[in-house]
Amino acid sequence: MITLASMGSVAPMTPAMPANIQVTLALAIILFAIGLVGFLTRRNMILMFLSTELMFQAAALAFVAFGRMWMDLSGQLMVIFILTVAAAEAALALGLVVLLYRRKETLSSEAWAELKE
Amino acid sequence: MSTVAIIALASAFVTHATAHTPTASMEPALLTTLALALGDGAQAVADGHVADAAHAVHATSGYADVGPLHFVKAVANTDFAWLKWMLLAPLVSVILCGAMAMFKVKGRLPALFTVATFGLSTAMAIALYFQFGPTLFATHAPLTVPFMDWLSLTWGPGPFQSFTANLGFYIDGISMLWMLFVTVLATLIALYASEYMESDLKAGYARFFFAVSLFVTSMLILVMSDNLVGLYLGWEGVGLCSYMLIGYYATQPGATAAAKKAFIMNRIGDLGLALAIFLIWTNYGTVQYDSLFQAIAGSTSEAVQGGWSKAAIPFLLLLAVCGKSAQGPLFTWLPDAMWGPTPVSALIHAATMVTAGIYLLARMAPFYTVQAIGPEWAETALLTVGWIGCFTAFIGATIACGQFDYKRVFAYSTISSLGYMVMGLGVGTAFGGVYYVFTHAWFKALLFLTAGAVMHGMAGQVDFRKLGGLLRVPGFRLTMICMLLGCLWLATAPFSAAAESKDIILLTALTSNVQQVQWMGWIGVLTAGITAYYAFRVWFRLALGPVKIEPGADQHADHGHDDHAGHADHAHSGADAHAGHGAAHGGGFHPHAPGFRISLVLTLLAIGSVLAGLPSYLAHSQGFNWIQRFVQNSSAWMRAGNSEEHGQILGRDAHSTLFVIATSVVVAGFLLAWILHAKNRALGDRLRASMLNTTGLKWIPLGSEHGWYVDQFYNAIIGVPAWLGAQLLAFTDRFVIDGVIVAAIGRFPGFVARVFQPLYTGTVQSYALTMAGGIGLIVAWVVWVWLSGGAS
Repeated sequence: MITLASMGSVAPMTPAMPANIQVTLALAIILFAIGLVGFLTRRNMILMFLSTELMFQAAALAFVAFGRMWMDLSGQLMVIFILTVAAAEAALALGLVVLLYRRKETLSSEAWAELKE
Repeated sequence: MSTVAIIALASAFVTHATAHTPTASMEPALLTTLALALGDGAQAVADGHVADAAHAVHATSGYADVGPLHFVKAVANTDFAWLKWMLLAPLVSVILCGAMAMFKVKGRLPALFTVATFGLSTAMAIALYFQFGPTLFATHAPLTVPFMDWLSLTWGPGPFQSFTANLGFYIDGISMLWMLFVTVLATLIALYASEYMESDLKAGYARFFFAVSLFVTSMLILVMSDNLVGLYLGWEGVGLCSYMLIGYYATQPGATAAAKKAFIMNRIGDLGLALAIFLIWTNYGTVQYDSLFQAIAGSTSEAVQGGWSKAAIPFLLLLAVCGKSAQGPLFTWLPDAMWGPTPVSALIHAATMVTAGIYLLARMAPFYTVQAIGPEWAETALLTVGWIGCFTAFIGATIACGQFDYKRVFAYSTISSLGYMVMGLGVGTAFGGVYYVFTHAWFKALLFLTAGAVMHGMAGQVDFRKLGGLLRVPGFRLTMICMLLGCLWLATAPFSAAAESKDIILLTALTSNVQQVQWMGWIGVLTAGITAYYAFRVWFRLALGPVKIEPGADQHADHGHDDHAGHADHAHSGADAHAGHGAAHGGGFHPHAPGFRISLVLTLLAIGSVLAGLPSYLAHSQGFNWIQRFVQNSSAWMRAGNSEEHGQILGRDAHSTLFVIATSVVVAGFLLAWILHAKNRALGDRLRASMLNTTGLKWIPLGSEHGWYVDQFYNAIIGVPAWLGAQLLAFTDRFVIDGVIVAAIGRFPGFVARVFQPLYTGTVQSYALTMAGGIGLIVAWVVWVWLSGGAS
C-alpha cells in the first residue's frame, strides 16, 4: 500500500474528515443514480453510453473519497486506471455505435432487440 | 475350452467302460458309475475291492505313472555366448528387408540377405550340434546361456516374490533338434522363394522376405528361450508372421479373410498358453524351465497340491497346441492358410509354425506326469492329448480324400500328420512324436514345394482334375518324381522314413496296456490306409494318364480377364515369366518349367526326406537312434519309462505284426487309389457320381469335400449369434443410446432455455434494470443487516 506517510513528504494523519467524505460520497451516489436512470430511460445508444460514463465517474469519485479518507494514494491510482480504461472504451464504444448505425440507419437500441434469440 | 472338457469327460467315460471285467456283477457296475461320477478310478470298484482311487489308476495302467522323473540340472556356460548371433542374424535380415520394404527398394537383395542370414544360422546350429552335442549326450545336462536381461522383478525376499524372465537360451535335445531342422529347411525354402516370388519383384518382394525373416527369428526365440515368457514371445511372433504371410496377397478378400481366421483361431490357443503360464507361475513361482522341471521332479504324486489350478495347466497347454498345431476343434485355419504364397505354406506347414505346438507338448511333458498333477488328472490329460491327436488325424485324412485342390489335400494331410504327432505324445512316446516331426518336416516341405512348382508352372491351376500326365510334360519330370517320393513318404510306404517314425507311435499305442490307447492305435492304422489313398489320388491324377493342361487364372490376367477370384497365387501374374506365353490363350499354353533354384531345392529336400529315415536304419547296427538321443536328453524324456516297452499285438510279436498290418493297410489304400484314379478313372468318377445320387451315401463325398461342414458349424454356433448380437448392439446404440440417452442429454438444456427465454426481451434497458434491481436487493439486504446489527 502506497501511503503519503511512507513517501515521507506528508506527516501521517488519522483517518478523519467525516463531513467531507459524506458529501463526496453523496455526490457520487447522485451521479451514479443519474447515470443509471439515464441508461434505463434512454433508447439512444449515444446517450446510453454517456450515462455509463456518468456511472463510471461516480465510481471514480468514490475511489477518490475513500482514498482521501484513508490517506492512501491507491484510490487516486485507481482513478487514473479508470480514466485510461474509460478513454479506450469510449473510443471502442463510439466506434461500435457508428458501425451499428451504419447497419440500421438508426441509433435506437431497440433496433437490435432480435439479438435476444 | 468346453470341447476339451467334453473330450476329457468322454475319455473318462471310456476308461470306465473298458474297466469292466466279465465277472463284474450288476452292483459293482452301478458302483462304477457312481465312482465315475465322483471322479474316482473305476477299476478299483470294478475289481470288487474299493481301494484308494489313486492306487487304482496306478494299478490299471502304469501309463500316466512312469516312476521317478529323470531330471538333470542345466549347466550354465558362457562359452556359447555366440549363440545369440543365431538369433541376431535373421534379425539383421528383418531390419534390412523391413527398411527396403519401407523405402520400396526393388531388386533381389532381400532374398540374398534372407538366404545368407538363414544360412549363417544353419551353420551355427550345426556348429552347436558338434560342439555341444557330445557333451549333452554324455552328461545329459542341458545348457543354459544367458543373453540379455529382460524382465527381472523382485518385491520381497520370499519364494513367490520375484519374477524372472530374461532372454536366455536353454539348449537340450529337442531345442537343438528343432534349431537344426528349422534353420536348414528355412534356408532351403527361402532359396526356393527367391525364385518363386520373382513375379512379385516390383511389389512385395522385400515385404515377403521381411515377414519370412521375422518368422524364423520368432521360431528360434520360441525354441531357444529358457523360460515360458520367452517362448510366449516367439509363439506370438510366429502367429503374427503367419498372419502377415497368409494375407500376403492383401488385395484379395479371400487372403485377408484367411489371415484373420488363422490369427483369431491362434488367439484362442494363445489364451490357453497365457493362462497356463499364469497358473504355472502361481503354482511354482517361476517360469524358468530348469527350476520348473526341478520342482516337478522333486515332488511326488502323493504330495501334489494345488487342486484345479495345477490340473488345469496341461489342458490349457493342450488348448495352445490345438491352436498352433491345428488340432481338434481349432484346425480349420490351416487349410485356409493356403492363400499364402506356396513357400509360406511349406514354411508354416512343415518346418516352423505348426511344429511349435509339438515342441510345446514335448517341452512341457513333465506337466503331464503324476508328479505334477497327481495320478487322476495325469491319465486324463494324457488320454485327452491322445484322443485329440487321434481324432484330428482321422478327420484330417477323411477330409483330404474329398478335396480337388492338391494344395488343400496336402494341407489336410498336415493336419492329419500333426494329429499323429500329438497322439504320439499322448500315448507316451515322445520319441515317436518328435521323430515324426523331423521326418514330416522334410517330406511335407518337399510336397508343398512340388505343389508350388506345378502351380507356378500352370499359371496357378490348383485343381488336379484340370491337369494330368505331367510326368510326360518336359521340365516337370523331376517335380513329379519328387512329388511321388513325397506321396510315398506321406503314405508311410514300408521302410520309408515316415513309416519308421509313424510306426513307433502306432507300436506304442497298440502295445499299450490301456484299452483306450489301443483303440487310438487301431484308428491310427486305419488313418494310415486313408492317407495312402488320398496321397496317391493326387499323384495319379496329376502325373499319370493323358497329358491335360488347363492353365489357371494367372494367365487370364494377362488378357485382363481377371474374373477368376479363385486361388491364392493368382496374384502373381502381371508382367512375370508367364507374360511370354500370355498371348497363347487356351490351347497354346506352354507350362513354365521350374528353374534351377527350385529344382535344386526340390532335389535337396528329396535327399533330406530319404536321409531322414537313416537314424532308424542305422539304429539296428549302431544300437541307438540319432533322433532318440535328442529326445532322451530333453524334458520330453523326463516321463520316459514305459514308452519303449514292446508288448504284443493281437497276441503276436509286436514289431512284425505291426509291420504286416500297416503295410497291408497302406498297400490297400494305394491299390484303391490306383484303381480309381490311375487304371480306371471313369470308374472313380462314376463311383463318386453314384454316391452323390444315393440319398444315404450323399453325405460322404459332400461332407468330405466341405470339411465335414466344420466351418459352417462354427459359423452357425459362433458367427451367426455374434452377428445377431452385433445387430442387437447396433440397434441399441443407434436407437437407445443415441436416440434416447444422448439426445435427451443434448436437448435438456434446450428445453430449459425455452422455458426462460421469454424473460429475454432483447431490450438492453431491461437487462440493466434487472442488474439494478439485483444491486438494489443487495443494498437493501446490507442496510437491513446494518440496521438490525446496529440496533443490537
